[in-house]
Formats: sequence, structure tokens, C-alpha cells
Amino acid sequence: MEDASPAARPADGERPLLLHVEGVGKSFPGVKALEDMHIDVRAGEVLALVGENGAGKSTLMKLLSGIYTVDEGRFFLNGEPYEPISPKHAQELGISIIHQEFNLMPDLTVAQNLFIGREPRGSRLFLNERRLNARAQELIERLHLPLQPKQLVGNLTVAKQQMVEIGKALSYDPKLLIMDEPTAALNDAEVEVLHGLIRRFIQPDTGVIYISHRMDELRRISDRITVIRDGRYVGTRETRETTMKEVISMMVGREISGEVKPVGVRQGREVVLEVSGLSTKELLKDVSFELRKGEILGFAGLMGAGRTEVARAVVGADKIDHGTIKLNGREIRVHTPADAARHRIGYLSEDRKRFGLLLEQEVNANIGLSALQERFQSYGWVKDKVMRATSKEYVGTLRIKTPSIAQTAKNLSGGNQQKVVIAKWLVKDCDVLIFDEPTRGIDVGAKEEIYRLLNELAQQGKSIIMISSELPEVLRMSHRIVVMSEGRVTGTLEADEATQESVMHYATLRPDENPEDAAELGLAEPAMSGAGTTEGRTEET
Amino acid sequence: MTAPAVTREPQEHRTGVEAVGAGLRDRLQQFLAFASLIVIFVFFSIASSSFLNYTNVTAILFSTVVIGLLALGTTFVIITGGIDLSIGTGMTLCAVMSGVLIVNSGVPVLIGVIGAVLFGGLIGLINGFNVAVLGIPPFIATLAMMLVAQGLALVISDSTPIYFNDAPSYISISTGHLFGVNFPNAVLVLAVAAVIAAVVLNKTVLGRYTYSIGSNEEATALSGINTRRWKMIIYTLAGLFTGLAGVMISARLASAQPGTGLGYELQAIAAVVIGGTSLAGGKGTIVGTIIGALIISVLNNGLQIMTIPQEWQNVILGIVILVAVYADMARKRAV
Repeated sequence: MEDASPAARPADGERPLLLHVEGVGKSFPGVKALEDMHIDVRAGEVLALVGENGAGKSTLMKLLSGIYTVDEGRFFLNGEPYEPISPKHAQELGISIIHQEFNLMPDLTVAQNLFIGREPRGSRLFLNERRLNARAQELIERLHLPLQPKQLVGNLTVAKQQMVEIGKALSYDPKLLIMDEPTAALNDAEVEVLHGLIRRFIQPDTGVIYISHRMDELRRISDRITVIRDGRYVGTRETRETTMKEVISMMVGREISGEVKPVGVRQGREVVLEVSGLSTKELLKDVSFELRKGEILGFAGLMGAGRTEVARAVVGADKIDHGTIKLNGREIRVHTPADAARHRIGYLSEDRKRFGLLLEQEVNANIGLSALQERFQSYGWVKDKVMRATSKEYVGTLRIKTPSIAQTAKNLSGGNQQKVVIAKWLVKDCDVLIFDEPTRGIDVGAKEEIYRLLNELAQQGKSIIMISSELPEVLRMSHRIVVMSEGRVTGTLEADEATQESVMHYATLRPDENPEDAAELGLAEPAMSGAGTTEGRTEET
Repeated sequence: MTAPAVTREPQEHRTGVEAVGAGLRDRLQQFLAFASLIVIFVFFSIASSSFLNYTNVTAILFSTVVIGLLALGTTFVIITGGIDLSIGTGMTLCAVMSGVLIVNSGVPVLIGVIGAVLFGGLIGLINGFNVAVLGIPPFIATLAMMLVAQGLALVISDSTPIYFNDAPSYISISTGHLFGVNFPNAVLVLAVAAVIAAVVLNKTVLGRYTYSIGSNEEATALSGINTRRWKMIIYTLAGLFTGLAGVMISARLASAQPGTGLGYELQAIAAVVIGGTSLAGGKGTIVGTIIGALIISVLNNGLQIMTIPQEWQNVILGIVILVAVYADMARKRAV
């Protein structure tokens, strides 16, 4: 499956190579991050670069942007040796990189961000704001960006902030644009806008390296796909001639089993968690749903539909305005996550690094955190031995790949970090687990492991809410699916009646703007009809 | 198990190396601070003939006590990612309270001492409430408390010092000699307090949560931990150390001096920072803090012996802080 040698490159005759990476290697103390790397980007193409986390993509980005220098091998840009010494230098030489994390100042305007560091001056000392805005307007029009120069960047959506980053990158007139996971936080419509922008950027003499985990996107935007693994070149395929299955198996170095349907049927089991009429001041309106024992309940919807908000309200991270939460038939009051944890409800945030992990602390400290008070202490003294033994046990059963439980959490890969967070809640012996985007930022191989783990947990009788923006994931994993739009539950589907189309239908209902949609949901009169409406709604469909 | 293990080998390799690096880093941290202490100490021993002798070394330890106690408490606060600016004037207010209780009200010395320490705890509790419940940034909340304590100390004492001359047992808390010859009790108090602080930080739930909150407060809260309550407890603990420092300084001076205290908080924070505790939170040790406090008093003492004027001592201390913190950052970047 691997190409015998990276020489499977096209002959240099037909089209000039925009970027030629020749045998590049980079080592850090004790580690070879890149070895004998070969990548070719043809002028006029979008090259998708894929590989699991840790495959060497970010090292390559840092070499290309001049943050690191190469140990061995060479880069060629348009046939000329390319040796950047800093990101600014790289930009001047014609390579602009848009990193996954934005480098924007939220309190400055779009125009100020676009031209930061090279503002037009009125005189020697003073800025010329009018000229700045005019130049920004010019750039925005040239690139067809949906922006205005005087908007405050902090008030923009993530998608529009990304447009600012792209505008900034393109204002240098780069020959090669590199985008690292540009769509990680975008919905489908926003992805389309982004792809339109990329297509307009592509000229006979320019190219794009597009890094993404979203396989379906690569098919739509890329001309060729280059796979790297463990710091080495694996192979390149014409996008039209390959299958995603082939690309994935090149990435992970093994075949991946195809579609798996949800395990077991959970119909008729007892209701563990019952949420009725949940509303918050900000977004949620009359949200009701039931979670049964041993069930994976999927939450689908577009960005901003309110799925994360439901989770945060249920665990007491956000304030509830109306509504009740019943656990095993008894109403519970949850004002803080500590209350939720006491009732054995655990929340695994979509943003592991911000809300899930103590990045600078040991794996052991992370795993033991939630249950520290009830399992690992007596009279305030930490029972270190017990805690370590438990951590080791969970590292084993969840197959967390870490050299030891003393490893710092930030050094683990995304998938293993996710498992550490899962372990934390299992040690706490939670019955209800709310997973918010459990596989975000996790590479394909590790995703499979997380899926298997979720299925195992459900079979053990844990009740799981799984919020996900990836429809295939929701369809594949969920026993039932709750679909949300604009802070409301717009539909509840059984696994066998759920299809991409049916879920998207409910996800795109906009009862607040469209009277027909409101009628379909039985919302003709002002909302707030209380609990039980969800049931009726589902039946109507 | 085998298949994925093979494909991910290089990554595990890297994390393994980094793990060793992290352990080494922690040890180096202690080593760096300790080595600088030794270097400074040796330097003064050579530069001045009157530096290295029993009396002077005891004097150095003695002068470390107050800053050391304040630094111990504030280490906890700083590890949570907070700051406590109220400890200097808070200490003075506690000293005044001690005077009011023991001298003005004639309360037994032991009760007076406990009262003063608990009063420090109350100051800390209020700080903790303002920070954890009201959500006021620690810098602002404790800055306000600094002013309140400064003012109250003057109001309560009517701006005049309170003398403990009629309570010799109170004075002996600091200057008495429980053990051996000319070895002041105050040093023992600091030593015991440091051991307690280290045990609390390393062995108890409170200590674990101190690090957890400093590493990632939101993640800690979402893990089901009542971070508000623990933060209040941590600020209260810092306040108790402040109260103890108030007792020690007034016992040493045989008086509560209501106009003093300002500036001690910065010296204490300097000691914590020199000791390698990160102002960003999540990292820090008691050993480091004690070494930091010792570095400050060795410097003050040595420079004094070398008859370098007070103004220049401050300049040098400032430079030492810069060098210490920069060396720490440079080392972290290098690894």
C-alpha cells in the first residue's frame, strides 16, 4: 500500500513545480519529527495534505514558515532554493500560512487587523485611518470577502474571523497558500464560501496546501492528496482516482473497518434522564428529551443550534431559566457542575484543552480529579497509592497511550487526551455521560477507538448523550437522534428512520423566521407550551 | 493493541523523552534557585569577613521569618493563578489586633495570638469571597483590601504604636530561645510553618485543588469541584499565614507599628517568584519559596554588611528578580 519510494512524483516536464520538498528531515532531541520528506505542489492545484496527529504536518508548516530551520534536505519554490528565516520572510518569498488558531486582535477592526504592522502613516508618527480603511475596502472587494473594514473582529463569527485571516494572508499576494484545518469550526454553508475563495485564488501560477481531517471535503476541493505518516512520506493520489478508504488506510497504515451500526437496540428501557421545558435567557426554548439507560442519544444540529448550551445547562454550567431535570424519576436541582457530578452526570466538553484537561498536570492528576474527594482521600489527606493504582488501571483498560501516568497531559495526542477525560468521569462512576464533539480534532484511527469505547460504555449500562456536528458520526453511533435548531428541539428520530436528509430537514427548520416551519413544529401560537410537546412533534412526522 | 502501537511509535517516543525532560526541569528549577543561593552566600563569605559566623547566619534566618511566612501563604494564592497584595498591610492590621487584644484588653497571650491569626484568616476569607464569589479580579480585590487594612490599622490603633513591654511571653515568641544558644524561636516558627505548608500543598486535597485551579480553573469546575469554595479556603489559608506574620513581626519589634507593612507584600511575592512559582498559576513549590525568601534576606544582610547603602540594595534586589525570572524563562524555552 505504501509507495516503494517517493520517486512516484510526476516528471517535472509537464507543469512547473510550485513547491518541491526534497528529502527534508528535522530532529528534536531524541525524536525524528520528519525524515526524508518529499512533497510536490504543482502550480494551479490544491494539494490536500493528510496524516494523523503527530504525523509531522505541523513541523512541516513550521519549517515552511521559517519558525524552524531544516536539518537536512531542501525546499524549492518555483525552482529556486527556498530558505525562509522567519514567518515574515516566508511571506515576502511568497508563502502564506493560515494556522488553525487565529492570530487576530479581537478589539481591533477588520481593517486594523488586515494591515497590522504595515499601517499607512499620515505623517511619520500618526496613522492615517481613512487610508487604512480604503485599502482594506479595496482588498475586501478584490477578494469578495463578506466583511466591512470598520467591523470589530471580536464581534464576527468564527467563519468571518477566518476570512480576515485569509484576507491578511492573501494581501501579501502569496504564490502558495497553506491552510491548516481551515474548516474545523465551520458549518457546511461556510465551508462552501471558503472553498469558493480558494477556487478564486487558484491561478496558473499559484497553489494551495490544504490540511484537513474532514475526508468528504478533500474530495470536493483538492486535486491530489498526499499522505504522510510518522514523519515520512507515504504516497500521493489523484483525488478523482482514489477512495477515502484508501486514503485513510494509508494514513493509519492499516485497513479500517467500514460502517458500523449502533450496537443493540435500547427500546423500552427505563428513562434515566428526563429534561422538560428547559429554557435559558440566552438561547434555549422549551427543550425536552428523554435519555434511556444504556442508550447513545445523538444531538444533531447546525452550529449555534444550542446543543452545547443544553449540555451546559443540564450540568449546571449555565443558568436555567425554566424547566425541570429528572434523574431516575426524581427531580434534581443543578446549579453548578459540582451538583451534576454529585448526581453522577459528567460533561466532556468539545474544547478539551480549555474545559476538560489540566494540560500542565500529570495524567494521574487528571484522571483522579473528579473523584478525588470521594475516592482518594481520608480526612483531607490524598491517598496517593490508591489514586495511582486506579489511574494505571484505567490507562490500561481504556488503552491510553502514555509512557506513564506521570506524563504531562499536554504531551498526549488528541485521542489519548480524550480518553483521559473519559477516564476521569469513569473513575467518578458517572451514569450519565455527555460527550460534546467527542472526536473533534482526533485523527481517524483514534476516532474508531473512541467509537468503540462509547459503544462499550453504553453496553455496560451507561447512558450517553453524544453531541456531534459530523452527521455520519451521529447516524452511525446513535440509537436515537435529537435534532435542534435555533435553541429548540425540532425533531427526535429513531436510528432506523434517521438519514442524512431527515436530520438535515429538522436541523434547518427555522421556526422563528419561517411561519411554515413554526406550523410544522406546532408553534403557531407563542411557545412555552411546556413539557410533553416533543413527543407530539415526533409523532407528527 | 499491537497494530496501533506500531503506527504511533514515534509519538510515544517523543512523549517519553518529554516526560524525562519535565522531571529534569522540575529538579533543575530547585537546583537553579538553590545554586544561586549558594553562590550569593559564598560570595558574601569571601567579600566580607563578618558575614560567615553563627551570629550573622542566625540573624539572616531571623530576618527571613516575616517575609517567609507571608511568602508561604501567598505561594498557595499564586499557584491558583491569583495574587494577594493585602498581606503586607494585613499583617500590620493583625499585629495591631494582637496589641488591642493583649495589651489594651488584657486577654491572655495565647488567646491573643490565636485571635490575631484568626483575624488574618478573616481578612483572607473576605478576599476569597470577593475573588471567588463576587468574581472581582484578585489584583483589584486584594489591592482594595490592602488599602482597607492600612487604614483600619491606623484607625484602630489611633495611629500610635502599641507596645508589648508588659507581655514578655509575647515577645519571647519571636526572640526567646526554646532550643540552644541564641537560636531565636521565630526561626522555629517559620520552619514549622514551612513544613505544614509543604505537607498541605503536597499531601492534601486542598493542595491538589490549588494546583488544579491554577492549571485550569474552568476544567476543574466542570470536573465537579466547587472551585469557589476551595478558592475561599485558599485565600483564608493565606490570611492565616498573614496573621501569624503579624504576630511574629510585632513580637520581634515588641510593638505593633500601625504605619508600617506596605512593601512587605511585594517582597513576599518576589520571594515566591524567585523560588520558581509561576504567576500564571499551576506551578510552584514551598521549598522554592523558602529558598527565594532566603535569597532576599542573604542579599539584604550581605549588602548591609558590605555597607552598601539601602537605596542600592533595592536596585540590586530588583535586578536579582529580573535575572531570576528571566533565567527561569530562558531555561523553559531551551528545554
